Amino acid sequence: MTNNEPMVWAEGVMKSFGSLQVLKGIDLVVDRGQVVCLIGPSGSGKSTFLRCINNLETIDGGWLSVDGELVGYNREGDCLIELREKEAAARRAHIGMVFQHFNLFAHKTALKNVMEGPVAVRRMKKDAARDLAMDLLDRVGLKDKADVFPNRLSGGQQQRVAIARALAMEPKLILFDEPTSALDPELVGEVLQVMRDLAKGGMTMVVVTHEMAFAREVADTVVFMDGGVVVEQGSPKEVLSAPKMARTQDFLQSVG
Amino acid sequence: MTTVNKEAPRHPSPGAGKRSERESLKIVRRTSYGRLAADTALALFVFGLIWMSATNPNFQWDVVFKYLTSAIILKGLWTTIELTVISMVLGTIIGVFLALMMLSEDRWLRSFVAAYKWLFRGTPLLVQLIFWFNISALYPEIDVGLPGGETLFTLSGNAITPFMAALLGLALHESAYMAEIIRGGILAVGQGQSEAATAIGMRRLQVYWRITLPQALRVIVPATGNQVILMLKTTSLVSVIALPELLYSAQTIYARTFEVIPLLIVASIWYLTICSLLSVGQYFLEHKLGRGFRSTN
Ligand SMILES: Nc1ncnc2c1ncn2[C@@H]1O[C@H](COP(=O)(O)OP(=O)(O)OP(=O)(O)O)[C@@H](O)[C@H]1O
Ligand SMILES: [Mg+2]
Repeated sequence: MTNNEPMVWAEGVMKSFGSLQVLKGIDLVVDRGQVVCLIGPSGSGKSTFLRCINNLETIDGGWLSVDGELVGYNREGDCLIELREKEAAARRAHIGMVFQHFNLFAHKTALKNVMEGPVAVRRMKKDAARDLAMDLLDRVGLKDKADVFPNRLSGGQQQRVAIARALAMEPKLILFDEPTSALDPELVGEVLQVMRDLAKGGMTMVVVTHEMAFAREVADTVVFMDGGVVVEQGSPKEVLSAPKMARTQDFLQSVG
Repeated sequence: MTTVNKEAPRHPSPGAGKRSERESLKIVRRTSYGRLAADTALALFVFGLIWMSATNPNFQWDVVFKYLTSAIILKGLWTTIELTVISMVLGTIIGVFLALMMLSEDRWLRSFVAAYKWLFRGTPLLVQLIFWFNISALYPEIDVGLPGGETLFTLSGNAITPFMAALLGLALHESAYMAEIIRGGILAVGQGQSEAATAIGMRRLQVYWRITLPQALRVIVPATGNQVILMLKTTSLVSVIALPELLYSAQTIYARTFEVIPLLIVASIWYLTICSLLSVGQYFLEHKLGRGFRSTN
């Protein structure tokens, strides 16, 4: 299923909560194998946009597609028809998501957390799913924690399990929403290392982050959002070292 | 402490050479004489009570033991258990639907549940039981069919047996409380859990079934356990509609023999026995469900 459309293609994406318009026309293209870092002040709509990409929020206007498929809608002539719940779920299955607060399933061990997607959604056999999950836990360095419940894991370990859980769906794209913001400083490194390895392996990633050093090192594109629009985007050098827009300069100054 | 012993003390103090002697000093705790006195008084009191009830001829322990396992009492006990189990199961099933309706975005569904709870929690259960028992007088026949359309089938009022009236009353009343418990359990599961499940591509029902509900049970089960124990005792209200459950069976005997106290003791012994068994079961169930949530597991 290779096509030459970009992995994520957003044009004029809009989203409101009641009378509050949060996204006011987002334009963004993410190519295959690219790492895009989203930065911007609090409340600028970064999380909302990320959640729109895998249809946790439905968009109110504009165009948004992932891997050539519209998100949340089917096109019929001039109309966009809202997807059936089943189709929406099927499309989400190919998009991984990693949350700020990990959101590991609290009633399942690390291993069962990773197995959940393959078993419940991909309908894999238990044994095959267990092997896959073990491999993935090994990859994030947590093979020995397989039978531990999340409440006995450190934040960094939980986040690595969460990444393994996303990988278990063999996603074509992974979305990260401030994956290290809830971590103690000494645990940030281990999670960033896993993400760095993923990027090297060619995974397409959209990362909302405040880790400027990470963005500088790993990102192909850095996107600065403010007030529900993309203010500036370009290579890390362009955006982080020589920002053109005053708002970007102000923001970078404020985060140091 | 043994490993510390091998190292030199970091803060040598006078007499440092005599460590072992200082370590082996004996600790003497003080006795609380007030507590001792209270315990003694309590022991005397409890002993007195047991002595009195054991020797008081009015308790008629021989009568108690005679009826404890009599056929009529055991049959009543079985009816009590049946009533408890069936009305709890029905009440829980209806409660699940009510809870989902309460959590729905549809205003009408929510209003319906509000009215339902208002009705069934706002009137005494005893009144509801008598009402259902007399429903045959109110509606001798119930036609079940489409509004304004043909009758599909007819329930004759006599078809509502006392047992069904009792079940109906207990289950509907219970469902109003179970709905609240189930809703609370579901709300206690963080939104991040269902979001993460949705994000890996689970469908809404799967999310409920595999992620939300198992975690909600941790809150729901203990509360439901209490409801079961409460229900066991509440079934005794059904004696007013002459349904021979445990209490009514005891009553029929003492109406004849006038051995009121011993027969009430017989009933109480059975209620206590079942309650104790239920409590043990509840303990083990809670323990199993608590995995992943306690600080030690
Ligand atoms: N479900 C919702 N209902 C109503 N308002 C919402 C909802 N989700 C987000 N918002 C609002 O949308 C705005 C953008 O929120 P969003 O979480 O996307 O910002 P953000 O850029 O991720 O900020 P942060 O850096 O603090 O995470 C905020 O004003 C927020 O209050
Ligand atoms: Mg955010």
